[in-house]
Amino acid sequence: MTARELLKIVVVGHVDHGKSTIIGRLLYDTKSVPETAIERVKRISKEKGRPFEYAYLLDALEEEQKQGITIDTTQIKFSTPKRDYLIIDAPGHKEFLKNMVSGAANAEAALLVIDAAEGVQEQSKRHAYILSLLGIQKVYVVVNKMDMIDFSEEKFKEIKYEISTFLNKLNVYPQKYIPVSGFLGDNITRKSDKMPWYKGETLLQALDLFEKDKELEDRLLRFPIQDVYKFDHRRIIAGRLESGRLKVGDEIKILPEGKVSKVKSIEFWPENNKKDEVVAGMSIGITIEDEFFNKRGEVIVRKNDNTLYVSDTFRANLFWLGKRNLEKNKTYKLKLVTQETECEIVSIDKVIDATTLETVENALEVRTNDVAEVTIKTKEKICFDEFKVNPTTGRFVLVDEYDVSGGGIISGLANLKEEATKFVKDDKEMIVHCFDEYYYSLSEGLIRKHPKYKRTFKVGDAVPIEGETYSYPESFDVIDINCKLVAKIRKGQLSDLVNIDQYIYSELPIITADGFYLKVNSIDEFEDFKNELVQLQKNDNFLLAMFANKWYDISANRSFKFTV
Amino acid sequence: MDHLDRLEAESIYILREAYSKFSKIAMLWSIGKDSTVLLWLTKKAFFGHCPFPLIHIDTTYKIPEMIKYRDKLAKEYNLDLIVHINEEALKQGMGPEKGRLVCCKALKTDALQQVINKYKFEALILGIRRDEEGSRSKERFFSLRNEDSEWDYTNQPPEFWNQFNTDFPKGSHVRVHPLLSWTEIDIWMYIKRENIPVIDLYFAKNGKRYRSLGCAPCTFPVESNATTIDEIIEELKNTKVNERAGRAQDQEDAYAMQKLRKEGYM
Repeated sequence: MTARELLKIVVVGHVDHGKSTIIGRLLYDTKSVPETAIERVKRISKEKGRPFEYAYLLDALEEEQKQGITIDTTQIKFSTPKRDYLIIDAPGHKEFLKNMVSGAANAEAALLVIDAAEGVQEQSKRHAYILSLLGIQKVYVVVNKMDMIDFSEEKFKEIKYEISTFLNKLNVYPQKYIPVSGFLGDNITRKSDKMPWYKGETLLQALDLFEKDKELEDRLLRFPIQDVYKFDHRRIIAGRLESGRLKVGDEIKILPEGKVSKVKSIEFWPENNKKDEVVAGMSIGITIEDEFFNKRGEVIVRKNDNTLYVSDTFRANLFWLGKRNLEKNKTYKLKLVTQETECEIVSIDKVIDATTLETVENALEVRTNDVAEVTIKTKEKICFDEFKVNPTTGRFVLVDEYDVSGGGIISGLANLKEEATKFVKDDKEMIVHCFDEYYYSLSEGLIRKHPKYKRTFKVGDAVPIEGETYSYPESFDVIDINCKLVAKIRKGQLSDLVNIDQYIYSELPIITADGFYLKVNSIDEFEDFKNELVQLQKNDNFLLAMFANKWYDISANRSFKFTV
Repeated sequence: MDHLDRLEAESIYILREAYSKFSKIAMLWSIGKDSTVLLWLTKKAFFGHCPFPLIHIDTTYKIPEMIKYRDKLAKEYNLDLIVHINEEALKQGMGPEKGRLVCCKALKTDALQQVINKYKFEALILGIRRDEEGSRSKERFFSLRNEDSEWDYTNQPPEFWNQFNTDFPKGSHVRVHPLLSWTEIDIWMYIKRENIPVIDLYFAKNGKRYRSLGCAPCTFPVESNATTIDEIIEELKNTKVNERAGRAQDQEDAYAMQKLRKEGYM
């Protein structure tokens, strides 16, 4: 039997924009639902004196059909010759946001459905925000109900512009915009003859063009212990391999304590299930050579791997779905893979209204359905990764009383500031990454910054102008655009640290705090740069990236080294 | 990993999670194909062992072959089997002629509640699947039931990233559903791959076979010539008939299963 690829796609968007109808239509037109289910929907639609409701193929609860809304998420399997799909229908109603998250969190790709007549609405924005928080980057926008705007290309273009402008601000960059009518079936499985101006694929064809992510088995080993069994003579460590691979004889380390051992055997039942190597995704059992006391929550990594964090504080982006608001200094239970510990929110650094993107700094609580940047302190030390490095060990949920009430993705250690390289003078402080070494990790496909000098440089101190992956001249200036400071390096020493307003361009090269060359060669250009800097919104990543592309040269003083 | 490997890994993870989180736990075994696959997965999860008791709710109206098969497998696998009958309801003359939904409620739902109360189970593992029927498609892997076994399907807590709700108020219990992601075809493909022994009633005799097993008066075989697993898989790929079309209680009302399940039906 050949292994068929499975892609999980969530369908999100505002209430009544037609999510269930589009999926129902897709299933109906591809004959993916049994005839008896169709007969049942025909009967119910007839009883209510309405045309055939494609949405009823998914909205099975009585309340859903009577009120015409989706209450809870449903998953439906569906296949094309290329691969299998799991389509997850998520509710658009604000009250059911927690059900939407339940559906969306397990997806690899998303369809954001927007009503052509209504355009972007509150839940369209909120759902888009949550997609970006969940790290789902493969998104198509499906502009539905094109029949309501006379299949107009001009109107479609307006809507596309409106949506893309908003989504780009959230770091969501849709790969396609597809105009459809779920009700009539246009551009769902057959090309619409009413929109000859649309040259793209039908929704069905477009699904096959989503590319699957790199598999977790190519990342570093992460094996959280789920349980230890002693049913017979064997002491078996059981759990699911979250990433990487493992075979008999591998040298391992068990965190947080750092005990070192070797894999003695991979256990199995029945006899013909015997495997020599196991890979990410499998629920496995192993025995190890040393009879340590092991318990649920410990995480097994490779012996020489020092990349998994062990700490009791970290920063995270969090969405809150609880019945009560999330409060500072209240105790919650935190669950991260198989680890569980009590925790507190020690600071709510920023609360973001997911629909307006307005932010509130230093709030005391996070309301239901809001999104926040927080710092969390756990009662015991836990093991974790940054989400972007390893999604499964970089995310957690919070339990309030009996319910999972929020989810978060880890953005980094909280005490990063103390561990960074710094320039200081009087009360001024600049955190610099220009002396960090930049490595491209082949196994992860990611660039990692490694801070070699975790120390503070004062005026008069020599700085390391040559590194393994960078090389600066003897004299240059370093600019930090976040805190608007400029450091002057003269003859290899830190000579001054001034506010950008007091700084005068001295015709020496300028680099950014990250070590990128600034494309400025005259006083006029420096003034242009400063003017654009003033207008730059700190939280607008899209504009930040455009700004960086215009002004920075990554490779003038820097290179990357490959590493495993 | 192929499709069946992924399903297997997920189910095993959930079984182990349930076993780790609850001390008073049992698995429901209806003797049908799904709960027999579940039993097989349990033995895989615990390396040949089944570390909790199995419960069979006997309505006394079951197809006789089912009981024979049950007792044979229980002996072979050395299972800790609890068989429970709602004797009280039977004494008062409960049966399908009183109305199918009333009968299901008394002999299955109420009987189940009696077992939970008697043994004080905190969690029950069940072999339901999302593709079986509409209200089951809305289920969570770990689903809370109140002290009367009722399911509040309009207000379920979120469930994501394999983090399940394992904390619960006193008196309530949790239904664990490790097979939620499986489909009927997956089950048959897995039975074939693993060579799992299933009851003979699923294979066609005289042009008919059972697709879903239940009580004799309310379960009817469907037209079929499928006498092997391969033929069953082929039949399912082309069928236009619902899996539970032969189950009379489902046809009593458009939302029959939803109503039964809200009250605690499996």
